[in-house]
Amino acid sequence: MSDSRYAAQHAADPDEFVRVSDLVKIFGDVVAVKSVNLAVRRNEIFALLGSSGCGKSTLLRMLAGFEEATSGQIMLDGEDITAVPPYRRPVNMMFQSYALFPHMTVEANVAFGLKQEGVDRAEIHDRVFEALDLVQMAGYSRRKPHQLSGGQQQRVALARSLVKRPKLLLLDEPMSALDKQIRQKTQIELAKILQQVGVTCIMVTHDQEEAMTMAHRLAVMTEGQIVQCGTPQDVYAFPNSRFVAGFIGSTNLLTGTIVVDEPDHVAIECAELTRPLYVSHGVSEPLGMEVHVSIRPERLVVSRTQPQGEYNWAHGMVSHMAWMGSYALYQVRLDSGKVVEASVPSLQLAQIDAPGIDEEIFVSWDADSATVLAS
Amino acid sequence: MKPPALRDWMPSNRTLAVAPPFLWLALFLLVPFLLVLKISFAELQFGIPPYTALAEFKDEAIQFSLHLRGYILLFTDSLYLATYLNSLKMAAITTVCCVLIGYPMAYYIARSSPAVRNVLLLGVILPFWTSLLLRVYAWVGILRNDGLLNKLLMGLGIISSPLEIYRTDLAVYIGLVYAYLPFFILPLYANLVKMDLRLLEAAYDLGARPWQAFWRITVPLSRPGVIAGAMLVFIPSVGEYVIPEMLGGADTLMMGRVMWNEFFNNADWPMASAVTCVMVLLLLVPLALFQYNQVRQEEAARGARA
Repeated sequence: MSDSRYAAQHAADPDEFVRVSDLVKIFGDVVAVKSVNLAVRRNEIFALLGSSGCGKSTLLRMLAGFEEATSGQIMLDGEDITAVPPYRRPVNMMFQSYALFPHMTVEANVAFGLKQEGVDRAEIHDRVFEALDLVQMAGYSRRKPHQLSGGQQQRVALARSLVKRPKLLLLDEPMSALDKQIRQKTQIELAKILQQVGVTCIMVTHDQEEAMTMAHRLAVMTEGQIVQCGTPQDVYAFPNSRFVAGFIGSTNLLTGTIVVDEPDHVAIECAELTRPLYVSHGVSEPLGMEVHVSIRPERLVVSRTQPQGEYNWAHGMVSHMAWMGSYALYQVRLDSGKVVEASVPSLQLAQIDAPGIDEEIFVSWDADSATVLAS
Repeated sequence: MKPPALRDWMPSNRTLAVAPPFLWLALFLLVPFLLVLKISFAELQFGIPPYTALAEFKDEAIQFSLHLRGYILLFTDSLYLATYLNSLKMAAITTVCCVLIGYPMAYYIARSSPAVRNVLLLGVILPFWTSLLLRVYAWVGILRNDGLLNKLLMGLGIISSPLEIYRTDLAVYIGLVYAYLPFFILPLYANLVKMDLRLLEAAYDLGARPWQAFWRITVPLSRPGVIAGAMLVFIPSVGEYVIPEMLGGADTLMMGRVMWNEFFNNADWPMASAVTCVMVLLLLVPLALFQYNQVRQEEAARGARA
């Protein structure tokens, strides 16, 4: 439902470069991808985010041409590539395990695609080294893949997939084979290189941090469908469902019934809280309907004194506290028994004299901190 | 300094693990070969054993005598050289045929679904459940002038007079390829089945058509399997005795038959031993070196990865 709304909204986007319409993939009696609609803009890094088995990899493989779509259409730069075999698509992929050819040197790996194109030898040499320079691997051109570290292999794989100057670059879990320590650094580096080259890129990942670090926009997938699509900031701040709210970052989910519904605000009676919820955006749901509200842990303010106002606060007791360095993660058991999480920056923590376990505290939040979820 | 403990005198675990196969090879390969080598330098004589001793105590002196008759004859009588070359030729052609027939078979099996794969593999291994002798006899029955093949072709009216295959080189080739094909398929299959198919996808992705990807990715990566299989076909084919004896003509010159003739027809043990030794040295030494080199390369690759 949100898919079609999204598609209609962007039908006339002049920057639209990749369009996926009603794409379906069925394996036997398993529906891996159910009617996906997607538009990606030129030079955008777009992330498909979801847990394993959500269909994101199948979608990527259909974009690469390794899987034939059961129905639907893929347009790239105004051209229908749905039925084009992988070797004729202007699309290159960086594989999850890199899939470097083990019997070839780094140079031969990167040159492979150009040789297939029939580019003449001098140009191949120039372009291969240009690509290797870009990823700072020119000094390793004579090595075989097994003589390289994971990070180096990844850069060679990137050079190999960029050297043909594809219209669309696909990244399949680009960081999954790397150690955790170098992951974040590599994410930023990779995003920089992609920016520098100016290539449209669709990446698949199960790691929300990776998607948020690298992507301009992302789509959250589950059960073969896109459930929400937008910039990382938007999706994080305004998740449209409990699934997305829980998948992107952690959140506190509250359940209540709508008692006031105005265009610019709603009030929600919530048995789990001391005071009703006041949310500064309208919803188009009937009064008395049960809804879910998401409040991010970093939006909760912890205090020792009772907040002013009749909305948006609750009383409780610290049930657990974890010191994370730059912030502290509090678990607060509200009077209703509901446990909420609040992350408190270290600076603020000092100001309120760091409440310990079993101390009584108040949590409060602003009207624009809570989001009513559609489902 | 501490006195050496008992442990220092004990062989290490590694030595213990290597010892049984090492002893096995020494006892049943090296020692027999040295015996054959010894006999090859002896002189033919009547008696038991039918050859002279290498060392003799005579006139208060130990006399060593190395008789080179066998080797001299081997290099002067062109028949031996021709036989040797012909054996190599037949083994080489057999190997090439096995590669051409076996590669598609191994490839097909390796790319089948696991359930189908096991059935097909069983089909490759099944002939081993019957003795080679019986299977070669079956080929006699098929290839003879009044055999199954000719009866079938004549019955269908394709030919009017029987094809003369039995007792020709062609029959030997058929027998050799038939008998050794599984030895080629199995190692190649083992290689192909563990190949990472994503490499092929990567090749398609980079613009290679399926046959180009096959030629530039699958074939080079399956080289170790092809080499292992080819050696398993080539080496025993050179010395093969049963198949040329049963299917070949009188003029089918092969090493195995010459050895048999020297031993059992001429009772010339030294000559037969010389034939054997030359064959082993000329054939196995280069192959052993090749294999050693191959293993070293693989180990270098593995070491670099670690």
